[in-house]
Amino acid sequence: MTTPASPPRYHAGPNPLRDARDRRIPRVAGPCVLVMFGVTGDLARKKLLPAIYDLANRGLLPPGFSLVGFARRNWENEDFAELTYDAVKQHARTPFRDNVWEQVAEGMRFVPGDFSDDAAFDRLCETVSQLDVERGTGGNYAFYLSVPPGSFPAVVGQLKRSGLSDPGPGGPGGRPWRRVVIEKPFGHDLASARELNAMLAAVFPPEAVFRIDHYLGKETVQNILALRFANTLYEPIWNRSYVDHVQITMAEDIGIGGRAGYYDGIGAARDVIQNHLLQLLALTAMEEPLSFEADSLRVEKEKALSAIRLPEDLAAGTARGQYTAGWQGGVEVRGFLEEDGIAPDSKTETYAAIRLGVDTRRWAGVPFFLRTGKRLPRRMTEIALMFQRAPHLPFAKTDTEELGQNALVIRVQPDEGVTVRFGSKVPGSAMEVRDVNMDFAYGESFTESSPEAYERLLLDVLIGDAPLFPRQKEVELSWQVLDPIEEFWAEHMKPEPYPAGSTGPPSADALMAASGRAWRRL
Amino acid sequence: MTIDLTETTTSAIHDTLMQARHRLGGPTLGMVLTLVIVTDESGQYDAVRAASQAAREHPCRVLGVIIRNPAGRSRLDAEIRLGEGSPGETLLLRMHGALGQHADSVVAPLILPDTPVVTWWPDRAPAIPSADPLGALAQRRVTDAAASDKPRQMLTVLASGYRPGDTDLSWTRATPWRSLLAATLDQPYAEMTSGTVSAEQHNPSADLIATWLAGRLGIPVAREVSAGPGITGVCFTTVAGDITLSRPDGRTATLSKPGQPERRVALHRRDTAELLAEELRRLDPDEVYAEALARFAVHPIDAGDE
Repeated sequence: MTTPASPPRYHAGPNPLRDARDRRIPRVAGPCVLVMFGVTGDLARKKLLPAIYDLANRGLLPPGFSLVGFARRNWENEDFAELTYDAVKQHARTPFRDNVWEQVAEGMRFVPGDFSDDAAFDRLCETVSQLDVERGTGGNYAFYLSVPPGSFPAVVGQLKRSGLSDPGPGGPGGRPWRRVVIEKPFGHDLASARELNAMLAAVFPPEAVFRIDHYLGKETVQNILALRFANTLYEPIWNRSYVDHVQITMAEDIGIGGRAGYYDGIGAARDVIQNHLLQLLALTAMEEPLSFEADSLRVEKEKALSAIRLPEDLAAGTARGQYTAGWQGGVEVRGFLEEDGIAPDSKTETYAAIRLGVDTRRWAGVPFFLRTGKRLPRRMTEIALMFQRAPHLPFAKTDTEELGQNALVIRVQPDEGVTVRFGSKVPGSAMEVRDVNMDFAYGESFTESSPEAYERLLLDVLIGDAPLFPRQKEVELSWQVLDPIEEFWAEHMKPEPYPAGSTGPPSADALMAASGRAWRRL
Repeated sequence: MTIDLTETTTSAIHDTLMQARHRLGGPTLGMVLTLVIVTDESGQYDAVRAASQAAREHPCRVLGVIIRNPAGRSRLDAEIRLGEGSPGETLLLRMHGALGQHADSVVAPLILPDTPVVTWWPDRAPAIPSADPLGALAQRRVTDAAASDKPRQMLTVLASGYRPGDTDLSWTRATPWRSLLAATLDQPYAEMTSGTVSAEQHNPSADLIATWLAGRLGIPVAREVSAGPGITGVCFTTVAGDITLSRPDGRTATLSKPGQPERRVALHRRDTAELLAEELRRLDPDEVYAEALARFAVHPIDAGDE
């Protein structure tokens, strides 16, 4: 083809084929390469690679989409394709189709190397620019750092050194983009979180950094916003006039498994409360955002996080535990201190509970109880709003003995849905009132099954849509909540033992009992 | 289990359902919707099968309405299927004689309370779906122009009888193509002058895509006849060269743009269960379909006569 004398006129403005009313057409990512560091890890095999296939299967990845794996293995492209094939076969949510797999496999490359190896990153650089030429990926790269946080500086430094992090000036089609995705932990305290951010900020602008908190990709968590702000039923009672207290729980039945190296010295509070539970608290406690744009949401979440108040007496207002040997789910399991790779005198907690206040007009005086733990009886994550008792009951005392507190429970996992718990008359001639459940289950209400959190989040990264990713300010505010507790624990509170398979240490129950309340049953 | 009731009534069907459910341990509460399928003996097997596949993940009540022997004595026979690995309930309602004229009197009492109703005509659809008694019960009415002998003519008929809530599976079949075309134009492109959509002779989806493109882009879009299968390609002529998306094998499409390498993307033809699942996902009126259909009626496509 000959080059025309004057450059052709390009279409400017919005895509004429897109229409907000046309909701059959999904958002599709533009041409890009996803470079994944740490492809041989558990997360990559169980979640990320299957999620990429599922996205392709749903037609949400662009033609030419390419995936580059980087790891310290002496592998060829085919070995990486084989690992991905197995991961997809085993863990993908959607049915396997040959032509979809071919499309994904065609764009797969592997670059072997070490994070300290300059030559490997130069090869990576060549690989992606070759993909731009061969597959038209337009110079758009997302870097997914599925590696331990200790390796972040090395990888980010290499991205800068090799020039990969620099999108350059761009061509007639606009400037290409660079995005970097990191997983928790975002530091282990305020100072280290700032350090990490400074390191990233030196290479990538803030809007190019995507911090994944996979809880925010869950349908039920996004549904908190729909439940609160799309309905009239709940907002009037979503405040201190009706809510007695709030319980946010993330219980796990597993132990620390193979994560000893990461977990020892970090513990349950840093691992779970700092990110997942405080994010859930922020979504529950925040005011109505002006819109669901990333900025408006962030402002409200930041306000809620800034309003968090710690208990005055940290010894009574927090609880810390460590599981000991016991029976969990019919299996005899080891205690935390006997796990491989854990120091026998480790002071790391595997259970943490804290009582927080939210100093706003809406929540003044309403305690928020957060708890998380490993080796608890079952796996469950929920947010429970416990309502005040009726100020007067026109029944005989014996009639309402089985009446508890009204509750609204958002079940984050498993059995995603919402339960409303209230009193109802027991059938029979006597006026007896007992608690019953009214239930909404995701699985029974929509003809569509929920995508995996990682599908949603990966797609958002490739599209560049940020509302579901916490920003640095939120991370810092969360550390500001947790740091004083961690300092107090380090000095004054050793974790209290609790047998595996039990519901946590006695001090956690005492924390609730102090105000005449009790944890919901696990 | 399958229960056959002959010469029955809706209240007997209802009681039988309640008892059967009780015996199975009350498994089927919380069903998502009621799907009414209007078909005949020859079409019922495939349609009901597709419906139970589409509803596999989420239970719904499927009411298959089968009209038989209109001249005979009025009689209602019901075949109730529940359990057996399918989460919902399927009722095949065979209506004999004059009862066939009053199918809505059988269907209405069997609709689940407080959930949406969708009526689907897998083969022959009424000219005005919303005026049909079984269509009037539903907020979403699904037809399939491709099942008609003269699909283009059928689209024109549907256009004149359109009411919000109508939709057609030939439009549903177009979604993956439309999605890919929209994604293609998310990227910068040079000014367009015209377009073509190539497909088999009788392919109302291709007709609707061509109409939709012409309406949205404001350029003439021609409809070309190819050997298939289904839709084989879309081409935009731009001042910088052609942007083409071709799918000769019905499985994988190739995108080529001026000055860029060819890119391949999976684009398979979907089965009825998948189409139905997309239809059941959203139950509000599809305004973009309405616009494309209305435009088709005004600017009909001429690609050989029917």
